[in-house]
Amino acid sequence: MTTRPLPHQRARLLPTLVLLVGALYCLVPVAWVAVAATKASGELFSTFTFAPGTGLLDNLRDLFSYGDGRYLLWAANSALYAVVGSAASTLISTLAGYAMAKYDFRGRTVLFYAILAGVLVPGMTLAIPQYLIMSETNLVGSYWSVLLPGLISPFGIYLARVYALSSVPDATLEAARIDGASEYRILGAIGLPMMLPGMVTIFMLQFVGTWNNFLLPYIMLSDESRFPITVGLYTLLAKGSSEPALYGIAIVGAAVSVIPLIALLLFLQRFWRLDLLSGGLKG
Amino acid sequence: MTDGNGARRGTRAPYVFIAPAVLLFVAFLAVPIGYAVYLSARGLRLTGKGIFGTRQEVFVGLDNYARILTDPEFWAGFGRLALYGLISVPLTLGLALLFALLLDYAGARGRRFARTAIFLPYAIPGVTASLLWGFMYLPSTSPFSYLTRELGLGGIPFLSGDGIYPSLANIAVWGGVGFNMIIIFTSLRGIPAELSDAARIDGASEWRIAWHVKIPLVAPALVLTGLFALIGTLQVYGEPTTLAPMTTEISQTWVPLMHIYRDAFIRDDLPLASAASVILAAGTLVVSVVLLKLTQKRASGGLS
Repeated sequence: MTTRPLPHQRARLLPTLVLLVGALYCLVPVAWVAVAATKASGELFSTFTFAPGTGLLDNLRDLFSYGDGRYLLWAANSALYAVVGSAASTLISTLAGYAMAKYDFRGRTVLFYAILAGVLVPGMTLAIPQYLIMSETNLVGSYWSVLLPGLISPFGIYLARVYALSSVPDATLEAARIDGASEYRILGAIGLPMMLPGMVTIFMLQFVGTWNNFLLPYIMLSDESRFPITVGLYTLLAKGSSEPALYGIAIVGAAVSVIPLIALLLFLQRFWRLDLLSGGLKG
Repeated sequence: MTDGNGARRGTRAPYVFIAPAVLLFVAFLAVPIGYAVYLSARGLRLTGKGIFGTRQEVFVGLDNYARILTDPEFWAGFGRLALYGLISVPLTLGLALLFALLLDYAGARGRRFARTAIFLPYAIPGVTASLLWGFMYLPSTSPFSYLTRELGLGGIPFLSGDGIYPSLANIAVWGGVGFNMIIIFTSLRGIPAELSDAARIDGASEWRIAWHVKIPLVAPALVLTGLFALIGTLQVYGEPTTLAPMTTEISQTWVPLMHIYRDAFIRDDLPLASAASVILAAGTLVVSVVLLKLTQKRASGGLS
């Protein structure tokens, strides 16, 4: 144990090195897929994996022409599930969280504990009964069967409540009431604008969660034209062990699907309020 | 916490705001749970005689639970899950904490770059991550095995034998470190700087400050990330399913959720799958509550 308080040159080297190794570890698979996407089908198994290949354009053509442009359809489906689903889910969570934080109404406590229990129930163990309910209502296989179960997010409601408690002052709401504003107007003009940073966070968490979801669409859907990218890539990979050409398409498909996500993440990083998450436990 | 009791009683507004959430909660959480419990007590039985008997759904009580609880393959799935979790959870949390502390340490360079790079895998779906790592494990395309072969050491058995556990755990660590790191890091940012400064003036080293000041104060964030990691582990499904076509090591019932999937959709035994789902959900709930209770004292002690 050293007694010198100030970090010296030597002390800085190790921390920097550890961080760089961590960064490298996280970037290696991304670099790999970028290089592998350039390889013609023969080169994938014959050349050193980090040596660039010559087949990028052919691979892209193969990818986008596979199954009459099925890949683009998968991408559009993923976007639909993630964007529409997360936006609706965020709004529903925000309204519920705001109501639970800012109003005293009958059943509030019971509701809070129900939501809390909902947070702890692993969403995916619900998949089978949800499938059965969708099947009873003839919705299995439709876009609704993937969209609807994603709309309710106990964790989103919980976060919205924490955020409303800490960022929407009662005094402001009271002042608006004295001015004669209706509760709906107060929500639109004061509550929602104040909760916007929290809403962005809930949206992002929900978006990534939906985009990454595999089991629910895998169970609900059988028609390839409704698949999101995750399920689509999986089917390519599963068929690839007997049809190696599909491996190439799966790899290019993975590379292409990763690009917009990374761009989105880099762009939205500054709007996150992830302190909401660590604050959530104390609330 | 202050109660939002400023609003007049009797207004309908809160019920309107909360109605969509309650409706969806009932439809997609409460009803499915209830239905799963109901279904788990049902079973198909032959009634009537011989081959002319009809299969009928009847009430069978706890039969399905007895069946699934005495199925060694179901338990073996939990065993594999435990082995996988024992590698992935401590590594994910340990590395996340280490990186978060380094990001918080003014002496380290390249912190912005490292933060973005380590967070990046969070944006990549587990299935896609498994696909990428799968190819880096596959003997014919693995860059690591290529290097060890060039060195005359032979390939690395990523996908065969027990190698499958660290290989799968690595995918979870890779995907999870960044998110957990950010949660711990934001929590570290919330610690008043005076606390570390005071310790520094008293002559404490950066390691001592990290160990005795910072880590106890981020305990709630560690509990939260631990809970996420635990729930995530019990729900492992997509990663082994994606790797399965690349190796003979992963069976159809390799983890509990794969077992449930097979029973439900390949064997068409929905009651048995429901019973297994209920057990898995109840188990997760119990483990979560126990973890929260065990750590509550420590966590709140750190806060005060």
